[in-house]
Amino acid sequence: MASHNESIIREPLITGNDITYAKITNDVLSPVENMPNKAWWIGFTVASLGALLWVVAVSYTFWFGIGSWGLNKTVGWAWDITGFVWWVGIGHAGTLISAVLLLFRQNWRNSINRSAEAMTIFAVICAATYVVSHMGRPWMAVYTLPLPNQYGSVWVNFNSPLVWDVFAISTYFSVSLVFWYTGLLPDIAAIRDRATGLRRRIYSICSFGWTGSVKTWQRFETVSIILAGVATPLVLSVHTIVSMDFATSLEPGWHTTIFPPYFVAGAIFSGFAMVQTLLLVTRKVLGLENYITMFHIESMNKIILLTGSVVGVAYLTEFFIAYYSGGEYEQYTFLNRFIGPYWWAGCMMYGCNILMTQLMWFKRVRTNIAMAWVLSIIVNIGMWFERFVIIVTSLHRDYIPSSWAMFYPTWVDVSVFIGSIGVFFTLFLLFIRVLPSIAMAEVKLLVKGSSEQAKKKLIAEGHLDPEQVEFYKESLNKFDSVDIAEYENA
Amino acid sequence: MSSTKYILGLFDDPDNLMHGIDKLQKNSVPIYDVYTPMPIHGIEAKLGIKDSRLGYAAFMFGCLGGTVIFSLVYYFLVHDWPMNIGGKPHFAVPDFIPVTFEWTVLFTAFGMTFTFFYATHLFPGRAPRVMDLRATDDRFVIAIDAKGNTPHEDITNLLKEAGAVEIKHNDRKYVSYE
Repeated sequence: MASHNESIIREPLITGNDITYAKITNDVLSPVENMPNKAWWIGFTVASLGALLWVVAVSYTFWFGIGSWGLNKTVGWAWDITGFVWWVGIGHAGTLISAVLLLFRQNWRNSINRSAEAMTIFAVICAATYVVSHMGRPWMAVYTLPLPNQYGSVWVNFNSPLVWDVFAISTYFSVSLVFWYTGLLPDIAAIRDRATGLRRRIYSICSFGWTGSVKTWQRFETVSIILAGVATPLVLSVHTIVSMDFATSLEPGWHTTIFPPYFVAGAIFSGFAMVQTLLLVTRKVLGLENYITMFHIESMNKIILLTGSVVGVAYLTEFFIAYYSGGEYEQYTFLNRFIGPYWWAGCMMYGCNILMTQLMWFKRVRTNIAMAWVLSIIVNIGMWFERFVIIVTSLHRDYIPSSWAMFYPTWVDVSVFIGSIGVFFTLFLLFIRVLPSIAMAEVKLLVKGSSEQAKKKLIAEGHLDPEQVEFYKESLNKFDSVDIAEYENA
Repeated sequence: MSSTKYILGLFDDPDNLMHGIDKLQKNSVPIYDVYTPMPIHGIEAKLGIKDSRLGYAAFMFGCLGGTVIFSLVYYFLVHDWPMNIGGKPHFAVPDFIPVTFEWTVLFTAFGMTFTFFYATHLFPGRAPRVMDLRATDDRFVIAIDAKGNTPHEDITNLLKEAGAVEIKHNDRKYVSYE
């Protein structure tokens, strides 16, 4: 029931004193219904220039071939697959927030799931661009699909993780898209009903004729929960399969059974970091401090700390197993991460991912916006280096010393990567302009039970354990969007 | 004969809305539909809307997807073009699992969602049948078919008593058409 009172010791999910249903619509739709501000234009210009760089670099690759990258006979996979795994990993947090947290009834997901899932879709698009561009002859992409052809037909090899990956990534992308868009329908309808003229017509087409009748809502919730149920194992399978691209090889440093859980944890880790990077800026620029509160920020930081520590344990396990296995190639690979020519990449990987995230144990760090933002970027850098270390450092010195080589990226390698970040931010900035960045319908569900004003009313009514009220007031200290003075004499 | 086609009770609070539904039902006024900006649990029970069977559809689509891809892979790798990979068996079931799983999920998601769209008449470009434009914003709307439900004043009073902030007597069913 909508009037259900939540326990006072739970921190509020919406802050502010005058939150009404109409105010939520106004606040969330203000960037959609008004001209963008200067910050948006600056961001969009920079991001578009990045996207342009991507177009240039990928066109160059297609024109001159993969030889324009820094790959060689020994290191045949490098920046492209590093970027691919990095982006796919980033995508995972969106599904985790929208699906797994829905199954666990974590209501704080309601205000961040929309943008996190948009991020998923854009990150997977960026990942897919690597798959296509590394083919060199992108029109050959159809040969990854089991289509009848004039050679027999010769089919794709379903024993290969690379084929599984084609299926996993395409399923992941399309299911995420369906999940995201279905959730968007009520909010697109809200834009439609406030708009006029051509805007109204466009949003009307996109809203599929949504009205919000009882039956539609009931079916909608069934669809959401089942989609969440199937998306949860899907998201785990995707990075599991990505890790099998490596784990099923015989390469020292790749051929380990710990890879699937290790990659999945790393994916969630980097994904939450990217969500944090985006949302800390979005909440400030769009003025959404009341909906994306310090509680959300701290919760995400806790997940970053947890998954970062899981990744840390995985790193330690890898080292131990390399030592314990007695395999000299395996042992050399792991030593080489520190004493080899790519020692600096290893230091970036272990330093950024393990050492820096341990700072999150301190509440002062977790609840400090500037620190959280810097740490989220550090995690993103660290996770990029993790993939670089796993891929390049393992490949460049494996079995035969005469084949050892170095990998040096060319300007095309670097530009494709920087360009893909540009593509990502261009898409994200367009998204916050044309679609509501917060799921309004879901946030409206929280107003009566989990908002600060509802809890304030409960306190004013009395009947509460004073100790619990004191606990609640103390928890409000960390919120930057709560005026704690209001509670002094309450 | 009044020209009112539909009577709309607009509430600004879901609890009052529930109260309004109870009141109308107690007075045997049939409710045409209720429009809300967010899902309100409990209305479907009051209005007698049956549980969704989309879960069954999802399950069937999932079974279909898994079967289709497993059969295809069997045809490709065992029947049509068996490859000798180090003398290992052609029918290597563990290798079939990842793609079988992916297509199970794919078919479940798409099959169920499109069934949902089909069953609730949602598709791109459908003219929105909106009775009140604020029903997607901040109003919880009870719609009552005015035809046969008289006197209208009684219904108006019932809604008012339940806490409706506004009551509309609409001459047109939908306000969304130009």
